[in-house]
Amino acid sequence: MTVQAPEPLLTPVYQYPESLTHVPTHYCPGCTHGVAHRLIAEVIDEMGIRQDTIGVASVGCSVFSYRYFATDFAQAAHGRAPAMATGVKRANPDKLVFTYQGDGDLASIGAAEILHAAVRGEHITVFFINNAIYGMTGGQMAPTTLDGQKTTSSPRGRDAATTGAPLRMSELLAQVDGAAYVVRRSLHDVVQIRRAKKAIRRALEVQQQGLGFAMVELLSSCPTNWGLKPDEALAFIRDEMVPVFPLGDFKLPDEATTGASA
Amino acid sequence: MKGTVKVDDALCKGCALCIPVCPKGLLRIATERFNARGVHPAELDDPAELCTGCEMCAVACPEAAITVYRAVKA
Amino acid sequence: MAVELLKGNVAFAEAAVRAGCEAYFGYPITPQTEALEHMARRMPELGRVFVQAESEVAAINMVYGAAAAGMRTMTSSSSPGVSLMMEGLSYMAGSEVPAVLVDIMRGGPGLGNIAPAQSDYLQIVKGGGHGDYKMIVLAPATVQEMIDLTLLAFDLADRYRIVSVLLADGSMGQMMEGAELPPMRPLAERPDWALTGARGRDTNLVSSIHLDPEEEEAFNLRLQAKFAEIEAREVRCEEHLLDDARVAVVAFGTAARVAKTAIAGLRAEGVAVGLLRPITLWPYPEDALRALAERVDTLLVVEMNAGQMVEDVRRIVEGRVPVRFYGRTGGVMPMPEEIADAIREAASAGHAAGASDADAPALEVPA
Repeated sequence: MTVQAPEPLLTPVYQYPESLTHVPTHYCPGCTHGVAHRLIAEVIDEMGIRQDTIGVASVGCSVFSYRYFATDFAQAAHGRAPAMATGVKRANPDKLVFTYQGDGDLASIGAAEILHAAVRGEHITVFFINNAIYGMTGGQMAPTTLDGQKTTSSPRGRDAATTGAPLRMSELLAQVDGAAYVVRRSLHDVVQIRRAKKAIRRALEVQQQGLGFAMVELLSSCPTNWGLKPDEALAFIRDEMVPVFPLGDFKLPDEATTGASA
Repeated sequence: MKGTVKVDDALCKGCALCIPVCPKGLLRIATERFNARGVHPAELDDPAELCTGCEMCAVACPEAAITVYRAVKA
Repeated sequence: MAVELLKGNVAFAEAAVRAGCEAYFGYPITPQTEALEHMARRMPELGRVFVQAESEVAAINMVYGAAAAGMRTMTSSSSPGVSLMMEGLSYMAGSEVPAVLVDIMRGGPGLGNIAPAQSDYLQIVKGGGHGDYKMIVLAPATVQEMIDLTLLAFDLADRYRIVSVLLADGSMGQMMEGAELPPMRPLAERPDWALTGARGRDTNLVSSIHLDPEEEEAFNLRLQAKFAEIEAREVRCEEHLLDDARVAVVAFGTAARVAKTAIAGLRAEGVAVGLLRPITLWPYPEDALRALAERVDTLLVVEMNAGQMVEDVRRIVEGRVPVRFYGRTGGVMPMPEEIADAIREAASAGHAAGASDADAPALEVPA
């Protein structure tokens, strides 16, 4: 750490999380991947589970997430993280396994894998970063891209008539019996970020309690590919994304009926 | 002094998301200097010691670059 | 243990259980589904892991996960399903996790049919997925070998941190023969590189990413050195009636079984023919083949495909001896009489002056 405590009377009440590696991230300035990573790491610290947690990285801007989390990590092929996590968790039933996936990984190429992990009620926790675009590959349309939104593969704006409307994964997966906890939160201001952190904690507790599949969808920004400044990008989430992807709880544990045996 | 914050220059990307969240507007982008990344980092500008250590800037920061201190009763 | 009548698919599945396989992930596909069904009963009985995945894509990635966690794990499939697994196999090669794949080949390409074939030799023996890698490939020709080579597959996979493939066909999977299963082995400890939670140690990473090209090359060179070690130590083949042979059949798996029947008949007629049967298709018994090429008049490669292993045979013998080919493809089984005719023709052409591979018909289909 390069920071010194300025005065002996003052106590640090917030510090860089232990479950992050101090490796500076490659994410763009203002990208909320950083916020999501930070929240997950804070929760892992607070739950004291760093040494019992295994993450599964996906493919997208967060492909290098294994560089930033101080836990065991596996790198999955694009879309396959829920299947790989199934293998990791079934081999380590008493450890906590999470995936960290973007909208291309989870909602496009990985649609079958995420659905069936939920169907089986796999005891894993999925963090779904929804920023309505493909970031890593330079800003193409995602299944979650908004109607009319311009991307490099929808240069005139997404046309729902030919490419479909944005896909709401939380609502979809909440219908599956094996899903125990499915919620959507946002990272667009401090109030929402604090709520998101609570959901992240709950989603990992659901796994600890053996209740079934848990997912937190996090509405996130992509300032670079949206062509907006970081604070404008947060406003885009609030004003344009939240009306299409409503925040809320779509499945809570008291409603869960089945879960995969450990 | 109730509280203060320190921004880690090594981690700050100058995204400025912390600036508008501070309820007292005590953070600024240091346009007169660069960090090792070549960006203008954020820093605390609090000569009147108004910071309460509310942590809102740290909550907003995507880089976990902000350490927050509060005066704790002995 | 006693000899019992066992179906090939059940034999390899139970052999895997005895070998200490702790996790099976698979998807139904003819002609190997009996293995999945056997595992569905046995694995829960033993408190081990069984998942019928939603697809072969998912199954191989579940194998990848359990393998990354250091568990002995496997999947089984057939040609169209194995094609879906190529991505996962490449990732596993790129991150050096051990696992076993059983491929019960069927007629193709495409959906093809459910009849036995050997038309995935090139796919499997050359790696199959993208990138410079190999898998150990074992080719059983009896139900007993299905068992023995499954045990070997797990041992070699763990020893070298590589994927081992049991390459068989629908006929081997479906046939019933007397065979002996080994006793149950104890389960293995998790290796120290595995993902088990970083308690009391530094964090582990299982990944196939090497973004820097020079790092990627260094990693690949390390893999190549590993493959060279395997080539030096793990070749297995059967040499059958080759001491005085003038014609040598080269065949694997079911094609070799049928060829043996043809050879027995021809030996009774006084034809000096024998069989070189590779048991490891990778590493290939190149030394044995080259030595054979020095002494026989002609080689006849017999396969249940349109000519795949024959390419390797021609490459390895480097023109020392004419190489002829006889094959049936699309799921058709060659009968001993056809192979016998092909051997007779090869014997009469012999090492004729000027005879070359070009003179050998590429594929014979009976009128």
